[in-house]
Amino acid sequence: MSEETRLTNAAGQSAALEGWYTLDDDRPALIGTRCTRCSTYYFPKMARFCRNPDCGSEEFEEVELSREGTVWSYTDANYQPPEPYVSPTPFEPFAIIGVQLDKEQMIVLGQAARGVTVADLRVGMGVELVLETLFSDDDGDKLVWRWKPAD
Amino acid sequence: MSDDIAILGVGMHPWGKWGKNFVEYGVKAARDALADSGVDWKDVQFVSGGGTVRCGYPGYVAGATFAQALGWNAAEVNTSYAACASGSQALAAARHKILSGACEVALVIGADTTPKGFLAPAKGYRPDDPDWVRFMVGITNPTYFGLYARRRMDLYGDTENDFNIIKIKNSEHGFTNPNARYKKKFTKEDIAKSPMVADPLRLLHITATSDGGAALIVSSMDYAKKIGKEDAVKVAAISTVTPTFASGNVEMPDIATDSAAASGVNPVNYRSTIALKAYEEAGISPKDVSLAEVYDLSCALEMDWMEDLRLCEEGEAASLVRAGDTRVGGRLPVNASGGLSCFGEAVPAQAIAQVCELAWQLRGTAGERQVEGARVGITANQGLFGHGSSVIVKR
Repeated sequence: MSEETRLTNAAGQSAALEGWYTLDDDRPALIGTRCTRCSTYYFPKMARFCRNPDCGSEEFEEVELSREGTVWSYTDANYQPPEPYVSPTPFEPFAIIGVQLDKEQMIVLGQAARGVTVADLRVGMGVELVLETLFSDDDGDKLVWRWKPAD
Repeated sequence: MSDDIAILGVGMHPWGKWGKNFVEYGVKAARDALADSGVDWKDVQFVSGGGTVRCGYPGYVAGATFAQALGWNAAEVNTSYAACASGSQALAAARHKILSGACEVALVIGADTTPKGFLAPAKGYRPDDPDWVRFMVGITNPTYFGLYARRRMDLYGDTENDFNIIKIKNSEHGFTNPNARYKKKFTKEDIAKSPMVADPLRLLHITATSDGGAALIVSSMDYAKKIGKEDAVKVAAISTVTPTFASGNVEMPDIATDSAAASGVNPVNYRSTIALKAYEEAGISPKDVSLAEVYDLSCALEMDWMEDLRLCEEGEAASLVRAGDTRVGGRLPVNASGGLSCFGEAVPAQAIAQVCELAWQLRGTAGERQVEGARVGITANQGLFGHGSSVIVKR
């Protein structure tokens, strides 16, 4: 996967969690693994032992997870989380979404895209993955995956 | 029933933010439980402590610290750490020891002193630690409570008012409980004024962390008879099962659930499997339950537990709440003690405290919060890393 070795995007931004998602400008995706024997998916990546008790395989392939899913549930953070969360000053509340991925049959959490509030969300609605700046430091912008209501 | 053990004595140190050494809380609880049981401390053959990762040198390795504090008596000792299920695992260890015939009478004990503010993960760049990752992206414990609460609202039509009814109910239950930390009858106005933490949950919908201690003296049924306590309430079942793959619950500290994509694999609700094992082991049906003590980390989660314990159908908990069924005096009281809502959470003591409440209720000595005619009670709790428990107590 070319994105894996690409540590910055065209704008010079890099991942807050290196190797956890592609930095594709148009269609970014979370990077997980898939057990090649039983098809169980893993996010974060697991490439050592399959946790399906009927499998036990040690063979995995790295895969991009579905970048579209449906809202399983949502909430928000109105108080500043402790470190390692890096907060803007002053703290800005943000929404959080749990997203059901159909193919992978799993729920993945993440922040909602900037400007999206709980009032914009509803269980079952479609969302897609975007990259936005989580924080900036001396190396520039650090990107994180976020979920945004689909058009 | 040969698999029963007797609860001879129960004791607690009141919950609060006392800032004292946790051993002090444990000793007070143990001495009260011993006095309640009539058993001499020197006759206790096994000390089973619920552990904590706090208080230094992991809770001083709990069982031994309490054994020393009460005066070394050459008892055998055990320490169980299992997050919120620590107390139940300590009770399970005592039960196995008793049922195997290796001891007749045991002390089960847990106590904690909690720090102020958020429990933050260790520092540094540590992306292999799921607890570090979730804080990195801003996901705290109330996030998980908020997700479950909001899902109930969208799927079942639960409202913030349902959460408020539960808060008000629990605060009324705990009002006269001498061991509760918060003794205030909250109103809807109080709740509405408390700040929104994780939508739809306000500060007063979410549990705090507390200091506290709880203890039980348990024995074989033969020993209970021998000391004239054959009528003691009994532990009929203890479930401490792990989840079943693929766990479909969004759980602290993970940012994703198991994948159920493999053929033949389905998402399984962990909370309901904890209770199912307890019912099977006790040979008791949800219909037999007189009252339940459940882990109301949030007021909304109390309704999830009612459904997971099969006390009602999925999505119907709010109708019981609105009808007043879950109040003391109602058809099926939930958290007659006041629950975490009035206690806050003292992790290694909490599961033991739930059993203390059931013992008082089944003896008929719970005072103003007494559930009339209580014969069977069930507890439920759940914590980090696939730990959870359910204990069934019967007359």
